[in-house]
Amino acid sequence: MNVPDDLRYRESHEWLRADGTVGITDHAQAELTDIVYVELPKPGRTVRAGDPVAVVESVKAASDIYAPVDGEVVEVNPAVEADPALLNTDPFGAGWLFKLRLTDPAAASALKDAAAYRAQIG
Amino acid sequence: MESRSTALLSRHVAAEARLVDFAGWNMPIQYTGILDEHRAVRTAAGLFDISHMGQILVTGPAAAPWLDRMVTCDVGALAPAHARYGFLLNDQGGVIDDLFVYRTAPDQILLVVNASRTEEDFALLRAHAHPDAHLDHLDGRAAGLALQGPAAMGILAEALGRARMLPPRNGVISLPFDGEQLLLARTGYTGEDGFEIFLPAGAAPALWDRLLEHGAPAGLRPCGLGARDTLRMEACYPLNGNDLSPGITPLEAGLGWAVALDKPEFPGRAALVRQREQGVMRKWSALRMDEKSPPPRAHYPVYSGGNQVAELSSGTLSPTLGIGIGLAHLPVALAVPGTPLEIGIREKRFRATVQKKPLYKRPA
Repeated sequence: MNVPDDLRYRESHEWLRADGTVGITDHAQAELTDIVYVELPKPGRTVRAGDPVAVVESVKAASDIYAPVDGEVVEVNPAVEADPALLNTDPFGAGWLFKLRLTDPAAASALKDAAAYRAQIG
Repeated sequence: MESRSTALLSRHVAAEARLVDFAGWNMPIQYTGILDEHRAVRTAAGLFDISHMGQILVTGPAAAPWLDRMVTCDVGALAPAHARYGFLLNDQGGVIDDLFVYRTAPDQILLVVNASRTEEDFALLRAHAHPDAHLDHLDGRAAGLALQGPAAMGILAEALGRARMLPPRNGVISLPFDGEQLLLARTGYTGEDGFEIFLPAGAAPALWDRLLEHGAPAGLRPCGLGARDTLRMEACYPLNGNDLSPGITPLEAGLGWAVALDKPEFPGRAALVRQREQGVMRKWSALRMDEKSPPPRAHYPVYSGGNQVAELSSGTLSPTLGIGIGLAHLPVALAVPGTPLEIGIREKRFRATVQKKPLYKRPA
């Protein structure tokens, strides 16, 4: 399972890049299986860490995606709405979900680093 | 309670299937992915483990006449080597279970019932037992495989020997395989041509391997319960527990063709005769989303003119149609193809239209 070293991770399988980009992990996409629908937040929305802000749906189930940190949604990825399978094929790249402007730039340090997330998913 | 495993568990594990508990059975929900597997069945063929389904063997001189008084379909008129779909009903005409009746010989009938209802069905049948109709629940001793898809016939002919006679639609024959007898039926629940094979559990892994080996060049792949569910929804086949329940009659489900009301006696008959005279209030109907939406799912509300009129009994993103589909018990006035509806998905409502069933019909 791919767990890039330069990202931070929430226990619920979201990743956060230093520039505020958020997505779901390789482990998460594999668990969810074929992703067929993605619902993204509206840009401008203020979110708190732990808020459900997006929904990712496979054929079998709908899953909430949580904000990893406090912030404001400044951009969303229209490509995943048009082609939800990007979350399966490129979860850390073309399959990113939205970008946050962090309320506290230091907040990312409260999330797991790659080693801790690797340990979590075993 | 720990899940039970079928005789094919080692094959599912070796293929790295994702296993889930289904009605007390440890079953593959998918191997490579539901969409891939669904497409394989529509365009080539898929192989399913259906060993979780209950197999009840009824034998003896009274097998057919006795069963005729228990189930809705006309077993007496069912010639040997033929199969038919029917129901076990309660006295109110509600569905206890839907089942396939395979008349394998004049005095021998195999019932294949839902995994989730097997115990209940068997107890009910046993409570009405007849001395000349012996009942045997083949629990744990029998396995079942479904080979479904346009390539199924060719694959089976290849795997069992080309000269072998294959049964016609809804036919069932007995064949030797590996020193055992297997029942080969031209039935299925996917909307495609295909076969269901019932055999002793010990012989199942060898047949599974042989079919996959001979079928791989034609695109055969193992398929799980996930694809089985999306396939049956496109074909508008009901799933008991979702689309059928003790509160719903076959007439309300639009499945009156599987009820022989001209038979003198079976549980629920009087209620259905009354209902036929008075007319049904609801009809099980298919719908299709008008536009892109999140996948519709069971229990999502169905609205007409702003009022909730039903909830979906089943729903999914149709892999074949590329759009959401659903099934719902609609008031009869709305159960007309072309009727506009709305489906509530989270905070939003999405437009849908009632369709003629089935939503998918295989090319002739």
